[in-house]
Amino acid sequence: MAAEAPDLRPGRTVVEVRGLVKEYDGGIGRRARGRGGVRAIDGVDLVTEEGEYLVLLGPSGCGKTTLLRTIAGLEQPTAGDVLINGQVVTGLPPRARKIAMVFQSYALYPHKTVLANIVFPLRAAGMARPERERKARWAAELLGIEHLLGRKPRALSGGERQRVALARALVREPDVFLLDEPLSNLDAKLRASARDELKRFQQDVGTTTIYVTHDQVEAMGLGDRIAVLSAGKVRQVGKPMEVYDDPADTFVATFIGSPPMNLVPRDDQLVGFRPEHLLPESAFAASVDREKVPLAVDRIEYLSGDRHIYGTVTGIGKPTRVVSRLPATVDTPVTAGETYDFAVARDRLRFFSAETGLRI
Amino acid sequence: MSAVREAEVARTPVRLPAARRRFADREGTLAWLFLMPSVVYILVLVGVPFVLAIGFALSDVTAGDPSYDYVGLRNFRRIFDDPVFWRSLGNTFIFTGVSMVLIVVLGKVLANIMIANFKGKWIVRFLVLLPWTTPVTLSSIAWLWMLDSIYSPIDWVLRQVGLLGKPGDLLGSGSNMYWLGEPGLAMASVITVHVWRLTPLAAVIMMAGLMAIPRDLEEAARVDGAGYWRRMFEVTIPLVLPVAAVAALFGTIFTFTDMAVVDVLTNGGPNNATQVLTSWAFFRGIDGGDVGQGAAIALFLFPILLAAAIAILRAVRRMEVG
Ligand SMILES: Nc1ncnc2c1ncn2[C@@H]1O[C@H](COP(=O)(O)OP(=O)(O)O)[C@@H](O)[C@H]1O
Ligand SMILES: [Mg+2]
Repeated sequence: MAAEAPDLRPGRTVVEVRGLVKEYDGGIGRRARGRGGVRAIDGVDLVTEEGEYLVLLGPSGCGKTTLLRTIAGLEQPTAGDVLINGQVVTGLPPRARKIAMVFQSYALYPHKTVLANIVFPLRAAGMARPERERKARWAAELLGIEHLLGRKPRALSGGERQRVALARALVREPDVFLLDEPLSNLDAKLRASARDELKRFQQDVGTTTIYVTHDQVEAMGLGDRIAVLSAGKVRQVGKPMEVYDDPADTFVATFIGSPPMNLVPRDDQLVGFRPEHLLPESAFAASVDREKVPLAVDRIEYLSGDRHIYGTVTGIGKPTRVVSRLPATVDTPVTAGETYDFAVARDRLRFFSAETGLRI
Repeated sequence: MSAVREAEVARTPVRLPAARRRFADREGTLAWLFLMPSVVYILVLVGVPFVLAIGFALSDVTAGDPSYDYVGLRNFRRIFDDPVFWRSLGNTFIFTGVSMVLIVVLGKVLANIMIANFKGKWIVRFLVLLPWTTPVTLSSIAWLWMLDSIYSPIDWVLRQVGLLGKPGDLLGSGSNMYWLGEPGLAMASVITVHVWRLTPLAAVIMMAGLMAIPRDLEEAARVDGAGYWRRMFEVTIPLVLPVAAVAALFGTIFTFTDMAVVDVLTNGGPNNATQVLTSWAFFRGIDGGDVGQGAAIALFLFPILLAAAIAILRAVRRMEVG
């Protein structure tokens, strides 16, 4: 498809949302009890670039699906605008927006064959039969599902359904793909390979994609950029490395990373550092500028070759329980019940306001 | 308890007391027990009358002479010679066919209205269900007054808006329409009342079918660019078809075998214009006392209904499996 779209200009915005607010009125019961509506999206500004893979990441209930549905036109925003290719599409129905969406459930039409599912958007667009059959076969070949074209969705596995849903989205040659947790219905093993396939698929077709997930591993692995959402607000937008290394606030710091960033209160600040940066003194080269911290170890876990060391640090600020992650290459002996000299490189420390949680 | 004894206890398989397994675990026995009431019910209230009807249809039993003499198919030959029978048969098909089309279409429309989200939808649902909750004899009597030859409020409204009553008016210069007195109008009236009565049930069944469709599918179709009618005919209707087919089957059999509306409104008249097979069977068999003929008329439709039921149920099964 990339070849068929000559005006491919990196840097061109495809989807843009401005000051988007979506409030659900919450139904009769809620209104009767005098409570207001639910603010599912609370003033979101976002811009995607041509060909970009933007991941919306956040805990369950933070408004990711609502944001995606508002972009698709399935929900009307309470305030704010949605722009696609520079044109305001707020108020337009989904079919006028040149978008394709893959639902969490895949939403394949159960009474139609795979082929009929894939050509459905083309028939709706009034495309002639030979043309749409050709398109459908092209999409099916790209996704490796040619042998399934005659089947009904119920005779497909989860992974096959996902590919059919992608093919149905692909044939429309949309300006943007909207994917809502497309991997969450797959089992853990399949998920890893499907993630890989999704990424390669997107690189092949080069279409701008907005991908919703609550799984930080998916987000880090797939996203060109990640937008971290919480309670209807965007907390930070950035490349996976930026979001991980330079979190904008304590929410992002603790939501991303496993185990999450350690936060130690000091005066009116919180001092943050990642578990893999809290290492035994002996593991540092002598030249590294570092902050020494005694760690009273109380528990050790072995997880896929790493050691996760739980204990209490003193010295940085108030005594706080923290985690250290020692890679297999650090073989300093550590036993529970002892206190050791650990350290954090000074340039790895991040400081947050204790009051607002924002980065200082 | 010592560690040794604990280990022993764990090793000995625990056997439940036999009495506790005996009853609740015998699914075969339980199944029969639970099925018994409905089996008895069907045998006594459906099976016996059915066999009796076959017996009577082949006999010369009348109200005046209840002695049983086997006469073969004579009753059937006689009803086939009776023009009223053929008229009733035709009326039955018109009555059922027109009613069912109207009931299914109106039921779908009402169901769509009922699932839509708007303020005060509970009152619409309540009003829709009202006709179904009213006893048929009661509502038919209300309709009898609505369609009265002299005092009909419908006629009054027509006169007020200037469609009826004066020379040159659209519906004629007579002061009344005589809804139940004109053959064509009588049939239309009977159909209208029947539709009015059964549509709520159809709407509720369809509503259940519509609500069972995942919302995602409708939304996927919208994103895929399908307009209202394409979504309706390519997504919604195919997915409610199994439910709608069962509703239609039920409605058809119900309509074929129901004579309440006809009996109360027109009693088959005028001049048999609204006579249907059930009312004709009742008229011949019970009012007229010719039990054999009444049974023969009533049985005439049985093979047709059976075939239709089997065909529809098989079609539904195929749709669901496919
Ligand atoms: N149709 C709706 N009516 C009322 N509240 C809703 C509706 N859809 C979502 N919400 C609420 O909006 C918030 C965000 O929901 P959602 O966007 O589905 O979250 P996510 O996809 O991030 O898990 C939740 O608090 C949810 O309860
Ligand atoms: Mg969601």
